[in-house]
Amino acid sequence: MPKRFYVPMFQHIGEPCRPCVVVGQKVLKGEEVGRAEGRISAATHAPTSGTVVSIEEHVIGHPSYLTVPTVVIDPDGQDQWADSVRGLVNPLSVSPSVIQEKIRAAGVVGLGGAVFPAAVKMSPPKDKPVKLLLINGSECEPYLTCDSQLMVERAQEIVAGIDIMMYTLPTNQCVIVIEDNKPDSIRAMSQAVQPFPKMRVQAVPTRYPQGARQNLIESITGQEVPSGTLEADMGILIHNVATTFAIYEAVVLGRPLISRVVTVSGRGIVRPANVQCLIGTPVQDVIAHCGGLNPGVRQLILGGPLMGRAIKTMEVPVVKRTSGILALLQEEIVERPEGPCIRCGRCVQVCPIRLIPCEIAWRAKSDQMDRMAEVHLMDCMECGCCTYTCPSNIPLVHYFRHAKSVILADRLAQDKLRQDKARIQAKEARMEREKAEKDRQKEAMKAASAARKSAAETGKGALSEAVQQGGLPKS
Amino acid sequence: MSPTNLLLGSSPFTHGSGSIAQIMQTVIWALMPATAMAILIFGWPALLVIVLTTAASMVTEVLFLKLRKRPSALGDGSAFLTGLLLALTLPPQAPWWLCVTGGFFAILVAKQVYGGLGYNLFNPALIARVFLLISFPVQMTTWPAVNPLFGEQAYSLSESVAIIATGHQRTPELVDAVSTATPLGQYRTETGLGKTVQEALGGSYGFNTLKAAEGWIKGSLGETSALLLFLGGLYLIRKKIITWHIPVTMLLGCLLPATLFWAYDAAHYPDPLFHLVTGGLVLGAFFMATDMVTSPVSIKGQIIFGLGCGLLTYLIRTWSGYPEGVSFAVVIMNATVPLIDQYTRPTAYGHVK
Ligand code: SF4
Ligand code: SF4
Repeated sequence: MPKRFYVPMFQHIGEPCRPCVVVGQKVLKGEEVGRAEGRISAATHAPTSGTVVSIEEHVIGHPSYLTVPTVVIDPDGQDQWADSVRGLVNPLSVSPSVIQEKIRAAGVVGLGGAVFPAAVKMSPPKDKPVKLLLINGSECEPYLTCDSQLMVERAQEIVAGIDIMMYTLPTNQCVIVIEDNKPDSIRAMSQAVQPFPKMRVQAVPTRYPQGARQNLIESITGQEVPSGTLEADMGILIHNVATTFAIYEAVVLGRPLISRVVTVSGRGIVRPANVQCLIGTPVQDVIAHCGGLNPGVRQLILGGPLMGRAIKTMEVPVVKRTSGILALLQEEIVERPEGPCIRCGRCVQVCPIRLIPCEIAWRAKSDQMDRMAEVHLMDCMECGCCTYTCPSNIPLVHYFRHAKSVILADRLAQDKLRQDKARIQAKEARMEREKAEKDRQKEAMKAASAARKSAAETGKGALSEAVQQGGLPKS
Repeated sequence: MSPTNLLLGSSPFTHGSGSIAQIMQTVIWALMPATAMAILIFGWPALLVIVLTTAASMVTEVLFLKLRKRPSALGDGSAFLTGLLLALTLPPQAPWWLCVTGGFFAILVAKQVYGGLGYNLFNPALIARVFLLISFPVQMTTWPAVNPLFGEQAYSLSESVAIIATGHQRTPELVDAVSTATPLGQYRTETGLGKTVQEALGGSYGFNTLKAAEGWIKGSLGETSALLLFLGGLYLIRKKIITWHIPVTMLLGCLLPATLFWAYDAAHYPDPLFHLVTGGLVLGAFFMATDMVTSPVSIKGQIIFGLGCGLLTYLIRTWSGYPEGVSFAVVIMNATVPLIDQYTRPTAYGHVK
């Protein structure tokens, strides 16, 4: 057990959560330390019992050294569960909303990499019923083996989790998708689903990025997710096996998401392994647990080799999205200068979205941001296949990320401009109206006084007539 | 403690093993058997032509990049490959100045002026060949007879140097050296005079398909051994340097109409095998049209491109003023690549056509 845990308040997609403990407070294992803020958010919990020693800004695994508010906990060594940790004895007899509440309170998020709050996905809107639940057992990246190990060791629990999910959503059909190079996982899961006629296991070819939602859906249904829409619009819901296991723990045992399996690998690691890690454990302690680093490590990566993020320091804690920790030696790193595009078309042939990466990159480099829509830049899922295969070592994905951020920033600015413009226009219109009103009042007053004058001369009848003509505002 | 000096950078952090240099080297290796065969068939002059042309290409590349103060790119092997490909399109006893001009033109005008590797619209070797063919038609169509390296009348090395240096070609008095034409040339000239294909190629000309496939025919250095070039091409496909799409469709584009016309009138149109083993069809299909820079990036585009190259080759060979059309066909199709690329963009995932 590490000497100190760092629990960041922002480990998911959506709104960050807010610390709900104070420095010096004693916390028990599984006690909420960060409260979800807003609809799309996820709570965080103490990974063990101990004392909150500080609430500070701490680095997380982000290339820009982003720091986020973090609850720092020193364990007391008792590892004592909080009383609040209590599961549902018979989840299939309670109302689905109770289960949804359990999942929400447990802070479960998508562990396949998206870290989207699971409770939100488990509460589909009435007009979009879930016809098919896909359980993703295809590892999201090569090298990572955490999910397949989980399926071998926890098949029963995962299937129980699926059962609960199918009851909650509700839905009638579930396919567990596993890549065909994991026969052990396929065997374990096939056995576990036997009593459940509505679930089946399907093997798919092992081909990165099979775990991506687009490919998964295409392999199972033969359909594509229309660009710009979500799979939910097709009546499909995807959950990763690790998320399913977390849902099982949350509902049946009442345990919040405070640990996950992490693949620790790369030639820089003395004893590579899949490790059950408490959220908040510094990377350093995880690596120490795996025998430490070999000499000559040049790059540390959180996540997989194709979509992960390089980190600068081992103080970064394991968070909910950390599927892997990779330590690469110099010889595992390709450091070649970027060459010219020789139009070899390899990037075109490997792109799972069927884009023309070389052409997009060319447009990005020559700053033709306004012509990106026709090459579908925004459909790129940043899987990294094109960069991986480019013989000229062109960092294609890097260009795409940059171009996307430029376009998004531009869109935001445009939106703001539109809003500002609308505001200004509204203001001008208001001022115009007010001015017109004032003018009219003035006119009316003038007319009224003139009328008064003449009335003084000609009598009462003329006054009332003048007032009518001046058209005083009705309101 | 954290190791110091960790690299950051953005994903992906792993990379396939391919590189430009490796691609070029593989292509060069794939050309070696056919190159060696050409030297074997035509003797030392052929070797001199190859050395001169590749040297001229590489020197031009080095000088130009120095002038533009760019890092030298000789290491990627592309200049050598361009030189080698150009040499294979030259006659076996091309005079030295033809080789040097060609190498210079291929690198400077056809490649560097466009902005260097990756930016050229046309295949540099073929553009240089077309330029030479138009500027120096006589030297480019003088075909010495086959005279093997270790044959009885083989050129000595000094003799070879003299031939290339002076441009005075010498064809030994071989018994069967009746005509100085390549098979394609022979077929066009003689059928133009009213003979049938069989009369033109048979008899004293003595065309033999198997011999021709091995390479014992007149022609440019790379128009000889279709068999070895074919094997080299298969090696490239196996090594995943090229895909089968362009070569197969280009061969089909030429051989399909050839078969049709031959079936229709065998007296005036030679059989498809003749088209396959003579001229530069195999060299063009596997090594010229597949040049990555100047061919479409999508598979659909490559198929259209290959068919176009093959069809144009057949048209030019059969009806134009030139007996051989591979270079023209590929160069013309090169010009259409931007258009093909634009119209064959695959429909992206989740989009409807
Ligand atoms: S990262 Fe490259 S291969 Fe992957 S979707 Fe984007 S363009 Fe296609
Ligand atoms: S893989 Fe690289 S060199 Fe090849 S076409 Fe794509 S960007 Fe160009």
